[in-house]
Amino acid sequence: MSSGELLITLALALPLFAAVVIYAVGRMPDVRETLTLVACIGLCIITISMFMRVGAGDAPEMIVARPMAGLEIAFRLEPLGALFAVMASVLWAVNSLFSIGYMRGAREAHQTRFYMCFALAMFGVMGVAMAANLFTLFIFYEALTLATYPLVTHKGNAAARRAGRIYLGTLVGASVVLFLPGIIGVASVAGSTTFTPGGLLPGKTSALIENLLLLLLVFGAAKAALIPLHGWLPAAMVAPAPVSAMLHAVAVVKAGVFTILKVSAYIFGPELITALPAAIWILWIAAATIVIASLVALTKDDLKARLAWSTVGQLAYITSAAMLPFASGLVAGGLHMIVHAVAKITLFMCAGAIYVATGSAKVSELGGAGRRMPILFTFFFMASLSVIGLPPMGGMWSKFLLVDASFGSGEWLTAAAMIVSSLLTIAYLLPVVFNALFAPAGVRGPEFTRPGGVPGAVLAAAGITAIGCLALFVGAEFIADYLEPLGAFTLLEAAP
Amino acid sequence: MILFEAIYVAPPALTAQAPILVIAGPLIGACAAVLSPGARTAWMISVLTAAFTLWMSVAVAGEVARAGVIDYALGGFAQPMGIALRIDALGATMALLIASVGLLGALYSGHALVSEVKPEKHTLFQSGYLLCLAGFIGLVLTGDAFNAFVFLEVSSIGTYALVGVGEARDKRALPAAFNYLIFGTVGATFYVLGIGFLYAATGTLNMADMAMRLATLGDNTAAQAGLAFVVAGLGIKAAMFPLHGWLPGAYAGAPSLVSVFLAATATKAAIYLIIRFVLDVFPEGEFGAIFLRWILAPLAATAVIVCSVQAIFAKEVRRILAFSSVAQVGFIMLGVSLATAAGVSAGVYYLIAHALLKGALFMAVGAFAVSVRARTVDDFAGIACEAPWSAAAFGVGAASLAGVPMTMGFLAKWTLISAALEAGAVWIAVTLAIGSLLTLIYVWRMLEAIFFRMPAAGAERAREAPVGVLVPLFILAGLSLLFGVTSTLPASMADASAAALTGAAP
Repeated sequence: MSSGELLITLALALPLFAAVVIYAVGRMPDVRETLTLVACIGLCIITISMFMRVGAGDAPEMIVARPMAGLEIAFRLEPLGALFAVMASVLWAVNSLFSIGYMRGAREAHQTRFYMCFALAMFGVMGVAMAANLFTLFIFYEALTLATYPLVTHKGNAAARRAGRIYLGTLVGASVVLFLPGIIGVASVAGSTTFTPGGLLPGKTSALIENLLLLLLVFGAAKAALIPLHGWLPAAMVAPAPVSAMLHAVAVVKAGVFTILKVSAYIFGPELITALPAAIWILWIAAATIVIASLVALTKDDLKARLAWSTVGQLAYITSAAMLPFASGLVAGGLHMIVHAVAKITLFMCAGAIYVATGSAKVSELGGAGRRMPILFTFFFMASLSVIGLPPMGGMWSKFLLVDASFGSGEWLTAAAMIVSSLLTIAYLLPVVFNALFAPAGVRGPEFTRPGGVPGAVLAAAGITAIGCLALFVGAEFIADYLEPLGAFTLLEAAP
Repeated sequence: MILFEAIYVAPPALTAQAPILVIAGPLIGACAAVLSPGARTAWMISVLTAAFTLWMSVAVAGEVARAGVIDYALGGFAQPMGIALRIDALGATMALLIASVGLLGALYSGHALVSEVKPEKHTLFQSGYLLCLAGFIGLVLTGDAFNAFVFLEVSSIGTYALVGVGEARDKRALPAAFNYLIFGTVGATFYVLGIGFLYAATGTLNMADMAMRLATLGDNTAAQAGLAFVVAGLGIKAAMFPLHGWLPGAYAGAPSLVSVFLAATATKAAIYLIIRFVLDVFPEGEFGAIFLRWILAPLAATAVIVCSVQAIFAKEVRRILAFSSVAQVGFIMLGVSLATAAGVSAGVYYLIAHALLKGALFMAVGAFAVSVRARTVDDFAGIACEAPWSAAAFGVGAASLAGVPMTMGFLAKWTLISAALEAGAVWIAVTLAIGSLLTLIYVWRMLEAIFFRMPAAGAERAREAPVGVLVPLFILAGLSLLFGVTSTLPASMADASAAALTGAAP
């Protein structure tokens, strides 16, 4: 086994092994949670070393099995996947810290199952990130859905079960009816489903089929929550805050847009996307999603619901980026995937922290809450700036690149939607912060229901990612450079 | 196919007679079982006979893989006058499938029967079981249309009785068995009528001979009416929509072992014969194409949708599985109706996958039934806590039924949909996708109850089934997983079957 294969095996085996160990030591919470953190850090080391190897041009790859001709389970790292893996594993580590503070603070039941399913979900994420073809990606994409179902229904009451049904029904339904036929279509047209730099499909079939396949694959990846397949995401907010933070700001939803980016870059290729009318239709739908989701977010009083709708809108930015007939859109989309993940997980952690400390998280009740939790709201403010796209936060660069790519390719509608939505984002995020921090004297926000207010671990986790938002302002160029090969193929080939 | 050479070590003299031994073995075993002094002896006879049958069917499959087609003239009378066994890749595949499930079922019956069948009926039960085995295997190996009718009746007599025996557990088994008998007899009569028409038109009963003569006849109304009768008659046996009325009751009422065996073999053998007549005996031509495209395919598509919906709304687990079977027959027939090599191969592959997974599902339900009398989905709530191993096997079967990746059911759906796309039949691909979604819904209903719900207060407590039940269950469920990862064996058999039928290169 080469060292690259070893890395891939470890990246998959570690979360699985962690799940088993967590189950085994479930009766000892301290041991269980220490081991979770150890597994997180181990996974970070593995993904970062894979990331470096991809950067050095020595991408790890591995073929596991070939159940049928043209159908193989194989892994190969490329820049986007390596970045996704690093992002997910680092944020898993931070989120585990948060989980420990939150789950203990909120006295949630079934904690062993919770940590176990988290590890299993990471197994799914690693598989998605490293998949070398659509078929492998599909397997892990589904595994991710199944592993996160018990997390969504964690509370076990009727509302949670109903949300679970919507969650599973939408995600699996779209996979079976749209995504899978799309994959089979690609396989029967191209003879394989391997992600190929420059695109697998160009020159293989008629325009009609290409349009159809693009629609099937983009809407089939319902984790990207494009309207009208977005309903599962707000519904999934019944889950505990760490689940919303990690899965519905980072792992699950980003697996969806990651799939769309991969499909765009490696199945269709930027050149073919340019030629397809279906890509324009998707751009329109994404633009509508961006605006509608931002408007709905304005109306939500529950902080987590507001953030969920905000996520729906932000995901559509990335979907737009994947459909832009301009190769730099892919780079901007990849960058936005990271930047938004870091910012949104911070916001969710803050919402979770408020819930643990006060027992509820309604926007209307937060006036003056900043007086009791000044540091927390500072973090919330920093992340809000990043989501809006203001300096000195990472979000500024990705939005800048996205709008630039939209203008550059003549997609005025998309550019306009993004700008309008940025204004709406200001309207639905900043008042939360300002009401909390600068309420009139005498308004002191909700009382702490938990002695001691926000647990230290929770605050620390939110702090780490808030500083991450700031760091991405400086580090954005590095990531954009790292992703450059995504768009470069066509630009180089198209030059002569 | 090299695998067979490694598995079977039979003396050449035995191999040469394997085609008849594979049928005669269980027939003799059936007689011996009746005469056996007690339930235990009868069970041992049953297991030994089934093992011998499997051995011989492996020998047959190996010989077919080596030599192509086996022609075995019974009693030394030459074809086409004498009755002949004519075994090609499809027949050998079917025989192997039936014999494998037969052996696992026989093993399983050691413990499973105790809770479901009255003790004094055990010897007769084993006899009936072996009779069915002989009938089904004979059905798929024979090369003679009328001989096929005889085997059809041999197996039917066995199955009516086996379903009826279920009355010890569920009184509704008796009317269900009677219902099945009436339906089955009508089906068999139609089949004979059809054969009569075909005989009148061609003057032969030998299928290969009939195929040759039909090819020279051109448009012959009598022959076409004959085909219609044959397919309608067999359609009843195969539970082809809308002729499936007998099936839900029979599957729900019969002892679990019988449901396992019927689901995995009975309908499959009838489907085999339909495929044989429509694609092999009947010449390619306008009539056949219209028949496939405008009658079989739409009916199969309706079955996929309607019966999946019925399964979604059914209350009892066995009925869900039964309706699911009718819907899955639709999946298989949709593949066959494409009439391309890829389509037929996908249909046969799906048939194998479905036989294995539905067998495992009914076996798991039987494993639960060892300790509890659970019927409805609600009765099964939380059973995974009490019988985790049986529940795990049920989960594997259900995953394969739903088409979860890494199971055989997934590859089956994959090949089927790609065959439909390849043939340009987009509406079939769409139907298959919708059908898969509906399948997911009813599968999820069962899984949610078994794995994620808490048992109702005061409900009967289940216990884990004994090892004798778990071992065959795990083998059957394990096959769905194994073939989900490396599918060379069933895929090559399905390809060879399709090649034998459509004349394409495998």
